[in-house]
Amino acid sequence: MLTAVAIAVDGLGFAAWLFLSSVGLTLIYGVMRILNIAHGGFYALGAYASAWAIGLYVQTGNPVALSYLIIPVMAVIAGTVAGLLIERGVLRFMYGRDEVLMVLVTYALFLILEDVTKLIWGTDSYVAWQPAYALGTVDIMGIPYTVYKLAIIGVAVICGGSLWWGLTHTRVGKLLLVVIEDREVAGALGINVTKFFTVTFLIGATLGALGGALTAPEISVVPGIGAEVIVMAFAVIVIGGMGSIPGAVIGALIVGFARATSVHLYPPAELFSIYLVMAAVLAVKPYGLFALSEGRKI
Amino acid sequence: MGLSTRILQGSTALVMAAALAAPAAAEPVKMGIVTFLSGGAAGPFGVPARNSAELMIEAINAGTLPAPYNSAGLAGEMIDPIYVDENSKQKNADFQKLVEKDGVELVVGYISSSSCKAIAPEAEKLQKLTVLFDCGTPQIFEDIVTEPKYTFRSAATATMDNVAAARYLQDTGVSTQKVAGINQNYAWGQDSWRDFSESMNILEDSPEVVTEQFPKVYAGQYGSEISALLTSKPDVVHSSFWGGDMEAFVIQGSARGLFERSRVVLTAGETAMYSLAKQIPDGTIIGARGPHGDLAPESALNDWFRAAYEKRFGTLPTYPSYKMAQALLGVKAAADKAGAADQQALIGALTGLEWEGPSGKVSMALAGGHQAIQDTAYGTFELSDDGEAKLVNVIRYSAECVNPPAGAKSVEWIKSGFNGTSCN
Repeated sequence: MLTAVAIAVDGLGFAAWLFLSSVGLTLIYGVMRILNIAHGGFYALGAYASAWAIGLYVQTGNPVALSYLIIPVMAVIAGTVAGLLIERGVLRFMYGRDEVLMVLVTYALFLILEDVTKLIWGTDSYVAWQPAYALGTVDIMGIPYTVYKLAIIGVAVICGGSLWWGLTHTRVGKLLLVVIEDREVAGALGINVTKFFTVTFLIGATLGALGGALTAPEISVVPGIGAEVIVMAFAVIVIGGMGSIPGAVIGALIVGFARATSVHLYPPAELFSIYLVMAAVLAVKPYGLFALSEGRKI
Repeated sequence: MGLSTRILQGSTALVMAAALAAPAAAEPVKMGIVTFLSGGAAGPFGVPARNSAELMIEAINAGTLPAPYNSAGLAGEMIDPIYVDENSKQKNADFQKLVEKDGVELVVGYISSSSCKAIAPEAEKLQKLTVLFDCGTPQIFEDIVTEPKYTFRSAATATMDNVAAARYLQDTGVSTQKVAGINQNYAWGQDSWRDFSESMNILEDSPEVVTEQFPKVYAGQYGSEISALLTSKPDVVHSSFWGGDMEAFVIQGSARGLFERSRVVLTAGETAMYSLAKQIPDGTIIGARGPHGDLAPESALNDWFRAAYEKRFGTLPTYPSYKMAQALLGVKAAADKAGAADQQALIGALTGLEWEGPSGKVSMALAGGHQAIQDTAYGTFELSDDGEAKLVNVIRYSAECVNPPAGAKSVEWIKSGFNGTSCN
C-alpha cells in the first residue's frame, strides 16, 4: 500500500514536471508544424534566470515569500525576449519550409541558446533552494513530500486548465484551434495566421521557460540541462500525439507513472520503461494517442 | 683591406660564432589538456580542473613552485598547452587531432569514466603518452588496456573511494544492517556501487541491500528514487553522484528528510561542501576521491596551491583542481628525473614513479607502474555555529589499505576479503 501511494504521488509529481516542460513544445508544433528543438534552450534560460534572480534576491536579505513571484516573472521575461528574438529574427523567414529543415534550424538555435546561457551565467552551477525549502513538507503515509513539489502539480493543473479554457472558451483560442486544424483553410477564412504564429511561439517559449524556472529551486542549474529535458519532452509529445495538448497531459501521465512504477518495483528498468511505453503506444497508434487528423490533400 | 673592413669582418665573425655557440631555442612541449569546458560537468569539474592547469603550467614554466618543483619547465622546456573540451560527441577524433594535427607530446585529461574507456585504447593505438587525471572506473587497466604502454592514470580508481567509505562506516560504528545505493547508470556509478556493496559484504557480514537505484546521468529529478529510499528505510545510503546530479540529490533529499533518516555517504561530496553548506545535514559522510581539498594533509606545496588558487580564482580549489595539479606535477617530476621531456623519456620515468602532490605522496604502483594509488580520507560534515562548513572525525587510510595490490583485480581483491592488505 505504501509503495502504491508513493508510486501515485511520485508519478503525478514527475508527470507535472513533464507536462510543464513539454506543453509549449506540443503547442508550437500543433500551430506552426515546427518541432522546436530550441525548446530545451528556453527551459534552460528560464531555469538560469530564475535561479540567478532568486539567489540575488535572497542573498540581499529579502523575505523568501516574495521569491515565488520571481519565478513567473523571470519565466515571462526569458521566454518573451528569447522567443521574440528567435521568431522575429529567424523563424519568420523560414515559414513554409520542410519540417525536417526546421528541425535543423531549431537545433542550431538550441546550440546558440546553450552558448548564450554560458556567456551570461558562466559554467558554474546555480542553486536557488530557498523557495523549495520554505514551504516545508507534508507526510503522506509517513513519506515526506515537499509542499513545493505538490505546488508544481497544482501549477501544472492550472496551466493545463487555462490552456484548455483559453482554447475552447475564447475567440482567440477558437481561432487558434482552426489554425491548428488547417492552416490553409484558416488563412482562406481571413485569419492572420502569421500573427498567430508569433503569439503561439511566444506562449510556447514562455511555457518552456516556466518549466525551467519552476524546476530551478529543486535542482542544481548547470550547463546542459536543456538537452536533457528536450529528450523527455519529445517522448511525452510523441506518446500523446504531436501537437495535441490533451495528448501532452496523457503522455506526461503515462511516462510519469511508468518511471515511478519502475523506480519502486524494478529500478534497473527505469530508463527503459519510458521508451518501452513509447514503443508500445507507437506500435498501436503510430502518430500518438491524440494525433491531429491530417486531411487528405489533392 | 681597410681598417673599417677588417672591423666589420671581425664583428660579423664574432656574431656568427656567438650564434652558432648559443643553444638553439628549445621548442616548447605541446600538451593537450582535455576537460569538460561545457555541459553539466563543466562547472563543478571541468573548469576547476582547467583553472588548475592554467595555474600550474604558468608556475611550472616560471619555476615558481615550491621545492622540489622550483626549476623552470619540464626539464627546462616550456609547456605549451592546448585546451580541448571533453564534452564532445567525437572524443576519439578530437584526441586524434591533438596527436596528428597539433603534434602534442602528451595529453593530460579526461574526467568521465566513459571518456577514459574510449581514449585509453586510442592512446595505445596512436602510441601517444596520455595521462588520465580523474576518471575512476577500475576497468581501464583491469579490462580494457591490460598491458598499457602509453596510458597512465595519475589518480586512484573508484575502488579506493568505496573501500574507504565502507571502512569509514565500520570505523565510526555506523549501523549498517540495511544499505541502499543511488548511483548514476554508467561505468562510474555501477563500479562504485559494486565495490562499496562488496566491501560491505566483507566488512559488515553481508548487510541487507534494500534498494539499488541507478538513474541516468544528468537526470536531475530524483523524487521517485528518494521516495524509494525513504520507504525502504536503509541505515546507510551510498551515492557516488557528482556535480550537478549530486547537488540536486542533496537539495531534494535533504528537503525530504532523507539525510536525517539514513546516514548518507557521498563519495564525491566535497565539491558541494561549501556551496550547499546549509543543505547538507550534519552527519553526512563526505569523500573527495582522495585526500584532496579539506582532506589534504598539511604541506608547503598544499599551502602554496590553496593560496595561489584562491588568489587567482577567488575560491578554494576542490578535488578536480587537486587532481589536475597532481597529474601535472607527476609529469614534471618524470621529466626532471629523466632530464628530458620527450615522450619516451617521460614514459620511462613515469612508470612506477613516486612523487609528491598537494595531496601527499602518489605512487604509480599498479598496472605495471601505470596506475597510481595514494592515501585517502573521509570525514563527517558539520556546520559550525558561525556558519563554517568543515569535516570532523576525519580518518585517513593508507594507500595499501584501500587499493588492491599489484596484479589483483579490484572486485576479486575485495571478494577475497582484501587479501594481501595491510591497514595499520
